Amino acid sequence: MAATTSTVLDRAPEPRARGFWRRLRAGEEIAYLIALSAATLVLLIVGLLVYQLWISSTLSIHAFGFSFLTGTTWDPNAGQFGALPFIYGTCVTSALALLIAVPLGVGASIFLAELAPPNASNVMTFLIELLAAVPSVIYGLLGIFVLVPLIHTYLAPFLTATFGFLPLFQGTFYGVSFLSAGIILSIMVAPFIISVSREVLYAVPTDQREAALALGATKWEATWDIVIPNARTGIMGSIFLALARALGETMAVTMVIGNTPAISASLYSPGYSIAAVIANEFTEATGNLYLSSLIFLGLVLFGLTIVINAVARILILVTQQKGAA
Amino acid sequence: MSRMNMEISLRRRVTNIVMLSITGLFTLLTITVLFCILGYLLYHGIGSLSWSFFTNLPKPTGEAGGGMANAIVGSGKILLIATVLGVPVGFLAGVYLSEYSGRTFAFVVRYVTDLLNGVPSIVIGIFAYAMVVKPMHRFSTLAGGIALGIMMIPIAVRTTEEFLRAVPNSLREASLALGATKATTIFTVVAPAAIQGLVSGMMLNLARVAGETAPLLFTALGNMFWSRGWSQPSASLPVMIYQYAISPYEDYHQQAWAAGFVLLALVLSINVTARLVISGRGATARR
Amino acid sequence: MKASISLRGAVCHVAVLAALAGLASVQLSAQMLINGAGATFPAPIYQKWFSDFNSVDSNVQINYQAIGSGGGIRQVTEGTVDFGASDGPMTDQQLAEYQQKHGFPVLHFPTVLGAAVPTYNIPGVTASLDFTPEALAGIFLGKIKRWSDPAIQKTNPNVTLPPREIVVIHRSDGSGTTYCWTDYLSKISSEWKSKVGRNTSVNWPAGLGGKGNDGVAGLVKQTSGAIGYVELIYAVRNHMAYGLVRNSAGEFIKANLSSVSSAAADAAEKMPADYRVSITNAPGKESYPISTFTWLLVPSKINDAGKRDAIKKFLKWALTDGQKSASSLQYAPLPKALQSRELGDISKIH
Repeated sequence: MAATTSTVLDRAPEPRARGFWRRLRAGEEIAYLIALSAATLVLLIVGLLVYQLWISSTLSIHAFGFSFLTGTTWDPNAGQFGALPFIYGTCVTSALALLIAVPLGVGASIFLAELAPPNASNVMTFLIELLAAVPSVIYGLLGIFVLVPLIHTYLAPFLTATFGFLPLFQGTFYGVSFLSAGIILSIMVAPFIISVSREVLYAVPTDQREAALALGATKWEATWDIVIPNARTGIMGSIFLALARALGETMAVTMVIGNTPAISASLYSPGYSIAAVIANEFTEATGNLYLSSLIFLGLVLFGLTIVINAVARILILVTQQKGAA
Repeated sequence: MSRMNMEISLRRRVTNIVMLSITGLFTLLTITVLFCILGYLLYHGIGSLSWSFFTNLPKPTGEAGGGMANAIVGSGKILLIATVLGVPVGFLAGVYLSEYSGRTFAFVVRYVTDLLNGVPSIVIGIFAYAMVVKPMHRFSTLAGGIALGIMMIPIAVRTTEEFLRAVPNSLREASLALGATKATTIFTVVAPAAIQGLVSGMMLNLARVAGETAPLLFTALGNMFWSRGWSQPSASLPVMIYQYAISPYEDYHQQAWAAGFVLLALVLSINVTARLVISGRGATARR
Repeated sequence: MKASISLRGAVCHVAVLAALAGLASVQLSAQMLINGAGATFPAPIYQKWFSDFNSVDSNVQINYQAIGSGGGIRQVTEGTVDFGASDGPMTDQQLAEYQQKHGFPVLHFPTVLGAAVPTYNIPGVTASLDFTPEALAGIFLGKIKRWSDPAIQKTNPNVTLPPREIVVIHRSDGSGTTYCWTDYLSKISSEWKSKVGRNTSVNWPAGLGGKGNDGVAGLVKQTSGAIGYVELIYAVRNHMAYGLVRNSAGEFIKANLSSVSSAAADAAEKMPADYRVSITNAPGKESYPISTFTWLLVPSKINDAGKRDAIKKFLKWALTDGQKSASSLQYAPLPKALQSRELGDISKIH
């Protein structure tokens, strides 16, 4: 979509009658001012948000500084707060989620963009996008009562039997764990990857595909070797978007992760994520350092999502420009 | 030579079929998950749905006839405030970006809006707690509504801007040629032309925040009774689902399923309606 | 399918809805909503009380949100709720913080007595196990890892304990139940005292976290080999097995109304003026060692006259009529002497 500026309306002719002119002018100015103040309000809100987060974290920042990010002890009793277990949990669950959702998502998007007939593709995409609309707490609900028992009964024994030699699958599986949280997150972010990747694949010009097929490639080869590399940056963008969503996910994670600040190589271990610990401990953090540390955690999460979102937008934009050219 | 071709072709053909089947499988898997979720909630939730669920207040566990009437109304009130805050601000800011602003300021506003979109909902909850709950010295429907409203703004801005931009310039030019001012043109010609997209976008936005739980934990808190007015704590569907789901009581679990079903039905029906509203344009062209 | 929507029509609809919602929410003149938040430990009895009190005085609705004792303390200090509830009494520092913030003190009112019990889920074991203080400390320190460990087995000669791994379940939120449990462990284990200490939220050496007494009970129920600590009523309501604990007199005592009351008997006489006292590991042959008071945290100054009177009326009711329903929910009523003393102190709220 070309970036149009408001040049057309800037050339609006001056109304003729004077009285009218003044009143309409007033209307013009007011409309402009209202729109401008709305835009400024958005800036104000975000500015205030960042400011508030910063101010409330200063106590903790001064107390711990950079070592907050590497500290492993979260002890409200002793006044020791280290963020590493939560950063670790957030990263591990998000990484696991992507590991599952990316092949699943990209694969499905290939099917929807390249193989399925357009009407069927639209219907199926519609359904998949409905998955993205399911509230997080409902995922959590299904997580506790359906997914975790399923993993416990079928998946975990299978993983221990086949891959038990890896430190990833050692130890007893209690249900609430990094593994359960990662799987739930993968289901939650897959629709984003599918939806955006599909659009990005559509943006790749047809002549690329046709050229490949004309040279004797199979449909799969044309897709994998020609179309995907073209759409690579856009797909990467969708993955980053999915990652950003996974990082900030609160409810579904806190219901199945085990709420224990543990750093363990095993996916069976219970863990904690930044969003989950804030949700659990915010209303009751007695003591200013405790509260400040929780908000510092929120700031860390915020920073992380900003960076990832920025990268995602740039990547998607680049692909769309490339495709449109 | 032709035999060599056929051998290569066989391997490649097999790979072709296998890989493409896998992609089909993945798609099927994803869609199956959706139906499983719906099916499961339907199966468990509908059994627990009863007239008392919609009309009664919550009761302590063990006592029969507890319901979530106050949570349903509470969610409604919170979403109303969210809409009143998020939609006008988002719409007007989108109007500004699309019709008025210069390049640099537009870039800044867009970037900041994207930032806001990326803020985890729990952080918005912290913000609303600091800005509304603490100064007011109370948890309230208002605080919850403001938190959700802030979450609505970025998407409202983006949707408005995109749909307004999609209105062809010829409409604007025609309006100006007839003597209308810029403001009149925007609000009486351009916006109505984009109304389908705008309404559908706002509905999707609403559906998204309707399911948010985390920001409500520190803002609206919860209420066992009816929340009167706007400055009292309020029960809400997502928070009730959460509280009941993590409790060890079977009767609470039943109610959590029912509430989950109601919430999901609500969210999905808004989504479906919104997409039908805009279906004239076709799904791929909707952005 | 094009739906015909007019902007004006949509705005009209929203306006009408808003008006209706506003009407529906008009504050009925006499009705008052009082908000409290805090401990999950006494939540069952509080919820019954608030529901019963609403029948006594239908104009007063007391909304209680069980967010954990830590939450009760924090939110009453912030002033976002009208009263708090906690089973870990506020520390001197927290009291000072409150005083500094508001300019007047916050008052503790003990309401009932309860017990924290070790509840477990061992497949095949339905009997009530006997736990020594050392066994409990070892389990929660993560040093005793299996149920068949001699430290547990030797006090339970009649039960065959499987070599199953012990999964410790604790609270993930700030909890007075945790305060009571860690207070007890600190008293009977110097290692626990130095390593972990007592607080509403501690750095647990082992285990998974559940939210609220509900969350812990739920997790224990779902996890084979789990042991957790919950308020007595939560174990009873969920038909979960819970163990006996050896008290300071050397007897293995099961938590019930009389053993809890016995634990409070000694403290009742030596009760300090502000009612903050710990009764874990209390002396007495019949005493259950992990008992605790639970307190309502009420500001000593309430500006809203209606709220003030309502709260005072409720307190009076809770300390007299309310006490009668305590035992049906496994909470021990307060000793009579304490009740009358508190009734007198209600006048401190002005």
